[in-house]
Parts: sequence; C-alpha cells; structure tokens
Amino acid sequence: MNAIPLEHSLLLASILFCMGLAGVLVRRNIIFILMSLEIMFNAAGLAFVAGAAHWGQPDGQVMFLLILTLAAAEVAVGLAIVLQVFRSFHTVDADAVSELQG
Amino acid sequence: MLNLLWMIPVLPLAGFLLLVLMPHGERRAALIGCGSVGIAFLLAVGIFVQSGGWAPGSMAATQTLWTWFEVEGLRPGIGFYLDGLSLTMTGIITGVGFLIHVYSAYYMHGDAGFARYFAWLNLFVSAMLVLVLADNLVLLYLGWEGVGLCSYLLIGFWYRNPENGYAARKAFVVTRVGDTSMAIGLFLLATHFGTLDIQAVQAAAARDWTGEERWLATLAALLLLGGAVGKSAQLPLQTWLPDAMAGPTPVSALIHAATMVTAGVYLIARMHGLYLLSPTALTCVAVVGAATLLLAGCTALCQRDIKRILAWSTVSQIGYMFLALGVGAWSAAIFHLMTHAFFKALLFMAAGTVIHSLHEEQDIFNMGGLRRDLPFAYFSFLAGGASLAALPLVTAGFYSKDAILLATWDVPWIGWLLWLVAMAGALITAVYIFRLIFIVFHGEKQKSGHEHAGLEMRIPLAVLGVLALVGGFIRPPLDDVFLVAEAAAHHAWIPVLASLVSILGVGIAWHFFLRHPARALAVADQYAGLGRFWGSGWGFDALYDRLFVNPFVALARASRRDLADRLLWNPVAALSRLSHELLSRTQNGQMRWYAGGIAVGCVLVVTGSVML
Repeated sequence: MNAIPLEHSLLLASILFCMGLAGVLVRRNIIFILMSLEIMFNAAGLAFVAGAAHWGQPDGQVMFLLILTLAAAEVAVGLAIVLQVFRSFHTVDADAVSELQG
Repeated sequence: MLNLLWMIPVLPLAGFLLLVLMPHGERRAALIGCGSVGIAFLLAVGIFVQSGGWAPGSMAATQTLWTWFEVEGLRPGIGFYLDGLSLTMTGIITGVGFLIHVYSAYYMHGDAGFARYFAWLNLFVSAMLVLVLADNLVLLYLGWEGVGLCSYLLIGFWYRNPENGYAARKAFVVTRVGDTSMAIGLFLLATHFGTLDIQAVQAAAARDWTGEERWLATLAALLLLGGAVGKSAQLPLQTWLPDAMAGPTPVSALIHAATMVTAGVYLIARMHGLYLLSPTALTCVAVVGAATLLLAGCTALCQRDIKRILAWSTVSQIGYMFLALGVGAWSAAIFHLMTHAFFKALLFMAAGTVIHSLHEEQDIFNMGGLRRDLPFAYFSFLAGGASLAALPLVTAGFYSKDAILLATWDVPWIGWLLWLVAMAGALITAVYIFRLIFIVFHGEKQKSGHEHAGLEMRIPLAVLGVLALVGGFIRPPLDDVFLVAEAAAHHAWIPVLASLVSILGVGIAWHFFLRHPARALAVADQYAGLGRFWGSGWGFDALYDRLFVNPFVALARASRRDLADRLLWNPVAALSRLSHELLSRTQNGQMRWYAGGIAVGCVLVVTGSVML
C-alpha cells in the first residue's frame, strides 16, 4: 500500500485553511463566514489526521473528534447569534452590524 | 463616675457616626444630635458633683486610655485630664452646646441638610471636648484641628452659594497660619523635653528654662500665642471671623462666639506655667488683646449687618480675655469666657430669631420697631446686651469685666495704658450694642415679622437669658488650677467708674439712635471716611489682599504657564493623546477587520517564531 506522503496532505490542509480564511475575511454574509470557518476547522482536522497516520499515533484522531464536537457547538451558538442579529438588524451583513466601536 | 470621663467626648462622636452613616428624618436627627450632647452635659455635671464640687484640691484626675503612638521616645496617649479649668470648659461646651442644639432644631427646620447639619455639629462638640480634656498637646492639637475642620464645614454649610465657600476657605486658611506657628511651638517643646504632656512640659520648662535659656521660653510662648491668635481671631489674624458669619446663625452662636474661638484663651490659660516664665510673652498677649478689643469695638460701631456687629463684638470680647491673660488674671479671663459664652450665644440666637422672622433679612437699617412683633427676641437682646455692655450689678458681664479692669490697673509699667484702652472699649461696647438694639427694636417700623412660638426656640433663649443676668454669681472652680497668687487688690472706685462708663455708653446710644437719629446721620456724614475705614475692619482685608493674596494668585498664574510645562510636559501629553486617537480608530466595530487583525497577528507570530 502506497501511503500518501505527509507533505501532500499537509499542503492540501494548508490550501483548505487559506481558502477558509480568505472566505472569512472576504465574505460579508455571516452565514458564509460561518461556513468558511467550518472549512478552516476541517483543514486543521485534516492536518491532525494526516499527522496521526504518518506517526501511527491515535492522538490525532482523538484531536479530530474533539474538533468535530467543537465545530458542532460553534455552529449551534453561531447560528443562534445569526438569528438574533437578523431579528434586530434585519440583515446578515457583517459590516452593517458595527455598533460596537470606539 | 470619674471612670466615665472618656464617655463625654465619645458620646457626641457616636452621635456623629450614627447621623452620618444612616439616613434620618428630622425628628430622629434632632433627637440624636441634642440627646448625645445633653447626656454628655449630665455626665459632666455628675462628675462635678461627685468629685466634691467646690472644695479646692479635689479635682485633678488623669485617665489614660491607650498609647496613641510611639516615635523616638515621644509617646502621646489618648488620655484625658480633668481639673477645674477643663471641667469649666466642658460644662460650657456641653451645656451651652446643648441649648444651641435644641435651638438649631427650630432654626434649621425644613432645611434639606438637616441631618448633615447635626452630624457636623456633633462632630464639632466632640472635637472641642477632646481639645479641652486632652492631657497632652498632641491630642489637644487633634481637637484643635478637628474644630477647625468643623468650622470650615459649617461656615460653608450652604455650599451652593460660592460666597459661603469662599468664606469657609478664608477661615480655614487664615487659622492655618496660626496653626503652623503653634505646630512649630510644639516641635520646639517636644525636641527639648521629649514629652508633650501638658503638666510635664510646664514642670520641665520651669526647671530648665531659667537664666540664659529664658529666651527659649519666650519663643515657645510666642509660637503658641500665634496659634491662639489665629483660632481666637485676634490681631493680626482677626479677618476671618466676620466672614465666618456666612454659616447658619446657631453655628455662629456655638462655634464663632461661645466655644471654638475661645480655644486660644483656653490654650494660654492651660499653658500658663510656660507663660509665667516669660514676662515678654505675657506683655505681648496683653497688648494683642488690648489692641484687638479697641479695633474690633470701633469696627462693630460701623457695621450694618446684625451678625457682623455681633461677630466684631466677639472679637472685641476675646480681646478682653487676652488682656486678662496677659496681665496674669487667669481666672478673670476664664470667668469672662464663661459669661461671654452665655450672653453672646444668647445674642446670636436672638439675632437668628430676628433674621428668621424677617425672612433672612440681616441689614439693621431695614429693621425697626420690632419690639412688639418679636417680644421674646427683644427681651433676649435686652438681657444679652445689658450683660455685654456690663450694666452694673444685675448682669453677669459686669462682674467678669470688672475683674479684668481691676487686674489691669495693678500692672506696673504699661498697666495704666491697657486700663485706659479697656475702659474706652467698655464705652464703645455699650454704644454699639445699644445702637443695634435701638435701631432694630425701636424707632420706625419697616418690616413686620412673626415670631415662631415653639418651645425649642424659647427654652434656650430663656435659660441663657437668665444666665446672662445671674451667671456672674457662678464661680468657676479654678482656685487650685492657677496656684499663682493673683492680685486681689480692691479699688472701690474702679467698679463705680466702669458702671458710669457703661451707663454713659447706653446714654450716648440712646441720644444718637433713639432720640435724635438725624444727629447720628450728621455725624456719620461728617466722618464718612473714618466710618468707611472702621467699617472695613481698619482695611486689614485690603492690606492682606495686596500683601499676600494677589502676589500668590499672580504666582500661581505664572507657574501655570511656566517653561517646564510648555517644553516638557505638554509634548508628552500631546503624544499620548495622539496615540490614543490612533488606537481608538482601530476599534471600528467591523468584525472582519478584527478577524483580519487576528490572522495577520498569527502570521507575524508564527513567522517570528520560525525565523528566530
């Protein structure tokens, strides 16, 4: 069995992470920002899994499970906030919600 | 009973704490305020009765509660010393203080700061009791500054009017000049004797400061005199007392007539052992007193404000006490202090009734013919005025002033001059107080007033009115305090002459202000310049403004724009303001901007850690 080299999977993970980050920074719709965040989570998870497979250690998989639950919780809270934002501002544009400024 | 001595100052202090820590309605505040002082008075009476009353040699007790602090061998204690002198003062403070507290319930009724007023009045009584009961000069100084603080707070009681605040600050700053001198005097005593216990210091001074060292006694006595002069509003620090009339009238009665301003007299009497070592200092005391009594008497003659007349009269009467101290008539001074507390508190409270009834009118030329409208105030004024003018035989003031005049005559060298000044002062006193009475209560009616009929106003006036007349028969138990033999010479012609002089004064007042008011106006016109000069307190305020206040203000202005500020501190302030503005601009509320900031920061940290 030809293992996929570690470099390839890490490269994929970093590309995914950068795409997610770009989405977070560029997108203005909060829903899309949340989705981009999800991509970043999974990029990090992929890096953990790849590392675990390379060194034959279970820690990476455990870490991925943790990230999964974390992401679920984050989405639950995030979507609730989005709902509240929409109710009070009638928009999901992140730039329009900028009342908290110095 | 003597074990409860500490309770006397603590009771009003407890009243103060109760009043200041909890909100109170008028009834409860008045009850706490009057009650604590009243119980303290009963305690003082109980101690007096139990310790043997009049018997000489029966009273000199010390009660030390604990050591306050210990520095370099100086260990002042929280301790109280009771002898005839401090007992007399305690009786005056708690007794007259209680009556004034009761009167305050009438005078301050309906004021928004009712509870605050009683809190500060109680704090004052407590501090004043600490002052007179202290067995060492450090504790005395604590009380001394405590009464100064309360005086400041109560002069500026109606703080919404900036003028009252100005008067309060003036009183505080001017007395502070004297206090500084007194503090230096205490340092001198402490460095020489290593103790500030009042009896020990005087014993040590009598032992050590003889011969060549005598000038030290003079120096210490003069420094303490500086403190006394400031507190008691004597020349040259007398300017604050007339302005202190900005406070509520009962405050003027309690603090600026009966008790606090006589603290200087008490201090000198308490330290008489030190003053006896220095004839020079004693002469200074007498000269200060004589000069002040004449100056203040003339000023009182030219005032229009009813309270300012009484204030200058207080300055003048304390001048008499200083004169008595200076000629070594210690018990005469304390005796006059007591009778003065009676009749001046009475006059102030009666004036308060007049002012209140006429809706805060204070100009005597806007009053007139009030004796039918305000009979109670009228009779109070008659009793107090007669006592102040020392009308013979029936008034308390006659006996105390007579003792001072007798003692002054027997002083060698300048005694006759001091005596003449005191006589002239007696004449002027009679004229100015009866001028006030005739203008306010007789003559043409200008405004009508209605007298409040409450008991809390009448009882204090009635009690003090009786005391102002018969208080001369109360002899303060001072025999074993001042062991020095006082001149007891009797010149029968002096009381007779003094009586004639005071009656003559009343006659002059009657002639000019009741019988022929036109002549008084003519005289006033003829000497208008002199009247203005006297009315302004002999120009001392203007002089001090020019000498001290204006240069100081100019200096403060100049130092506000000095070089160090402009070159050193202003750029620093500008820089910090600029960076603050820059930083606050980053907080723009845009979530994506923050996320970008986090991302850039992460990149920087990771790059940095990889590179290094």
